[in-house]
Amino acid sequence: MSAHDHDHPHDHDHSELSEIELRVRALETLLTEKGYIDPPALDELIETYETKIGPRNGALVVAKAWTDPDYRERLMKDATAAIAELGFTGRQGEHMVAVENTDDIHNMVVCTLCSCYPWTVLGLPPVWYKSAPYRSRAVRDPRGVLAEFKVELPDDTEIRVWDSTAEIRYLVIPKRPAGTDGWSEERLADLVTRNSMIGTGLALDPSSLEDAA
Amino acid sequence: MNGAQDLGGQMGFGPIELEENEPNFHAKWEERAFAVTLAMGATGSWTLDASRFARESLPPVTYLSSSYYEIWTRGLEKLLLSNGLVTEEELKEGRKLKEAKPIKRVLSADAVAGVLAKGSSVDREEHQPARFRTGDRVKTRRMNPEHHTRLPRYARDAVGTIEAIHGVHVFPDTNAHGEGEQPAWLYGVLFKGTDIWGPDSDPKLTLRIDLWEPYLDLAR
Repeated sequence: MSAHDHDHPHDHDHSELSEIELRVRALETLLTEKGYIDPPALDELIETYETKIGPRNGALVVAKAWTDPDYRERLMKDATAAIAELGFTGRQGEHMVAVENTDDIHNMVVCTLCSCYPWTVLGLPPVWYKSAPYRSRAVRDPRGVLAEFKVELPDDTEIRVWDSTAEIRYLVIPKRPAGTDGWSEERLADLVTRNSMIGTGLALDPSSLEDAA
Repeated sequence: MNGAQDLGGQMGFGPIELEENEPNFHAKWEERAFAVTLAMGATGSWTLDASRFARESLPPVTYLSSSYYEIWTRGLEKLLLSNGLVTEEELKEGRKLKEAKPIKRVLSADAVAGVLAKGSSVDREEHQPARFRTGDRVKTRRMNPEHHTRLPRYARDAVGTIEAIHGVHVFPDTNAHGEGEQPAWLYGVLFKGTDIWGPDSDPKLTLRIDLWEPYLDLAR
């Protein structure tokens, strides 16, 4: 996975601003004048989630769990503490639980009521995760949802759907792909996609890295 | 509340729209809306549960036709108004017309990393023993409160099994409405898909939902 191509300007250059653009601009100006917010803090918040907190964090947790049985055990027992060992703590990751895929079990995470998501390990949720189509169907027809993500599982695989209704945040530990014996954690982490940690994808096949190179 | 946010099991929303290499933000205003929301949250003027309620109590038509950061923006405007931090006129004009109301704290740029890394835990001390044990069969309450709740409609009046005991957590139903944290035991409850969706649904589907003690009774 490459970093987001984010050099292109997102500013809409045209002079007519949409209603929501005006609304947000008015809000920021007003709250700044009132002294409730400090614009440099806003820049810092954006910068943090653009560059420091994202799915690479979770991928490192997964890769470590794949290679280090003691770490895996700690992670399954107390995910918040085990994830904190790697330095990932805080907002929207205060109470973490790791759930592991096996040959018989596939886990998938949703928040039907809003957009709860483990920010500390995955960053900010993608639009589809917050959207009505995913939130409505993930709990009732997960196989149909998975098919749209091009994931097909055997009929006898149990699908466990986790609806994040409280402040517990779930991280899916995907199955380690075959053909990765002896790989370093860094290299394994390249196989761990964001979607595989939500449960709407699987870890990449090792051959896909060669293709991308 | 039975608002538009309670989407589990609803039909007709069509396929999931996927985007390759999706950016965090699709426009500059989304970045600002995100950061303004977080920065105002950090002032401690309301709870996370209150902000969820502000969003879900938007009119359903607005909720379903707005992008997520638009929902956040509209929710934030409601919170600012209901907490007396701004006036309607100020929102309309986008400038200060009245003196600011004192707030607990203002998030500064150098505090951001620390505040994010700390987060805010919602587990609290145990004051009484848990009513249920793992393996207990429980039934979720049949209820339709107009206030904030985290028991989704699709999981009401349903029988499941206590699978995990998460400890005592802040209770959203009260905390969203200025009625205090009223911490309650939180459980991970396992439901069979067919017990929720009926006998013709996927027999290999199981659901796990985190539910507070006041939502549950022992199943008979």
